[in-house]
Amino acid sequence: MKIIYNGENDRAFKDVLGATIPRLAEADSKVIYLDADLMSCIGTAKWAAANPDRAINCGIAEANMAGIASGLSAVGFKPIMHTFGPFASRRCYDQIFLSGGYAGNSVTVIGTDPGVCAAFNGGTHMPFEDMALYRAIPTAKVFDITDAPMLEDVLAQCINLEGVKYIRVGRKSNKKVYEEGAKFEIGKGIVTDERGTDAVIIACGIMVAKAMEAAKILADKGINVTVIDMFTVKPIDEELVIKYAKACGAVVTAENHNKIGGLTSAVSEVLALALPTVLEYVAIEDEFGEVGPQDYLETRYDLTAEHIVRKVEKAISRKNA
Amino acid sequence: MLSKEKKTELLRLATEIRIGAVEEFKARGFGHIGGSLSVADLLAVLYGAVMKYDPKNPKLEDRDKLVCSKGHAGPAVYATLAIKGFFPYEDIKTLNQPGTNFPSHCDRKKTPGIDMTTGSLGQGTSLAVGMAMGDKLKGLKSRTFLVVGDGEINEGQVWEAAMFTAAKNVTNLVWLIDWNKKQLDGYTDDILKNKDIEAKFAAFGFDAVTIDGNDVEALYEALTKEATDKPIAIVLDTVKGKGVKQVEETVANHSMTMTADVYDGWLSELRQELSAIA
Repeated sequence: MKIIYNGENDRAFKDVLGATIPRLAEADSKVIYLDADLMSCIGTAKWAAANPDRAINCGIAEANMAGIASGLSAVGFKPIMHTFGPFASRRCYDQIFLSGGYAGNSVTVIGTDPGVCAAFNGGTHMPFEDMALYRAIPTAKVFDITDAPMLEDVLAQCINLEGVKYIRVGRKSNKKVYEEGAKFEIGKGIVTDERGTDAVIIACGIMVAKAMEAAKILADKGINVTVIDMFTVKPIDEELVIKYAKACGAVVTAENHNKIGGLTSAVSEVLALALPTVLEYVAIEDEFGEVGPQDYLETRYDLTAEHIVRKVEKAISRKNA
Repeated sequence: MLSKEKKTELLRLATEIRIGAVEEFKARGFGHIGGSLSVADLLAVLYGAVMKYDPKNPKLEDRDKLVCSKGHAGPAVYATLAIKGFFPYEDIKTLNQPGTNFPSHCDRKKTPGIDMTTGSLGQGTSLAVGMAMGDKLKGLKSRTFLVVGDGEINEGQVWEAAMFTAAKNVTNLVWLIDWNKKQLDGYTDDILKNKDIEAKFAAFGFDAVTIDGNDVEALYEALTKEATDKPIAIVLDTVKGKGVKQVEETVANHSMTMTADVYDGWLSELRQELSAIA
């Protein structure tokens, strides 16, 4: 697949969701879209109003929405439900866990504004733990979306996959990484930049572009690393993690999520069992969110290319110690 | 109106369901007896006279569906399904044994004829809404019958689902609230008084009624009524533990552990009742 990263912004995810959800529903009569009073936030409200049999506004009742989505699955529908990340995870967790997963129903959940992307909505709306929660649901699949082509393709695949699928994605735009129309293999990480084996950076979501940026900065310093986009956080691509951990001997994870339970945990679990390797992380420490512009929050929580550079250097020095 | 023959058949079925449930509890030594016995008459009328289903094809698309959101009444549903031929009667006596297909709480992945997994109280309500809406969207005439406990209505999700049912006019979903006046820790009036359940549902926009939920004629009349412009909610005035005197008289009858001798006594009481129904 062609990597076209050059630091430019991609299309806004809000627009992608607003076009993709109606397109999927129009192509497959089994697809039904549910929201909890946030249709206007992802550009689906107008289409939903014109298609009341295909789009259900459940009101501000996420637990009920998760149950209804699961019930629709039980009678043969392919529900897509959306709300902000914290409400799509914490607020309806038992319903997704039991009415969804345990009961054998298939639901695609979209949680928008992951981590610091919640910006001006602040700490109440800022999920640093949504991937941890979804990873703990047996057989659930967890995706942290990198850019618009990935969102389009992963969402289209999810509606036809069994079980619980959780897609965390912003509403604003990320940096463009992949060419338009790119196809993604679920459960397989993507090597987005391969400069050398001094270290490997395994990133997801908004941190992929920052890892690419960090790789450039490091190259200027004579340190050559490989960057992996681990957009499927569960099931994680164990083979790829082990391959590059073995080749590099130093691993740095980068995620817009608490260090507990997300990508850092997933990579740690693989390495501890299969190939103990020097590991550093760029992730939220054990903290709650707070309000502010996203760039402020990225600095506040150390989710920057510069911090990735520091962690890579630290990992390499530990490797060589 | 129920014919005399049909009424006799339903009365017998209700007692047979109670016998089946008690036989399950006897085999394991304990179980959720109170709330299983209180809904036996409802299940008899639903499966004996109201619902469309096919024991040979439990997933028949246009069947009527039962969501027993008070999932701990599973043993009564299992007895009903066994009597109606979904699986051999003897199977239900494996209740809660290792590897069983008959767990305490209803599980659609394990038990043929169980339309929805329930157990975490409140969750069956939204699931039933989704199933009924889906059937309606598919153009099916099926109805979904949702059984909710009166203790269960402590859960907030119940009221989210109730508001939705009325707001979106999901008229092929029938809410059945088993008002047996008790929950695990004792009387609902002492734990979280729910006052007038019928008035609550009426205020939400339901066509709400209260009937004697242990009377097969009243049940038949209410359950065969088609919804018009509002969804139906039926509050079932029942006795927790109905049909076995000692259980009815025990306050803490949510789950009871007994010796085989005690269960045998209850079974002979029920069998006497069965033989008296003519």
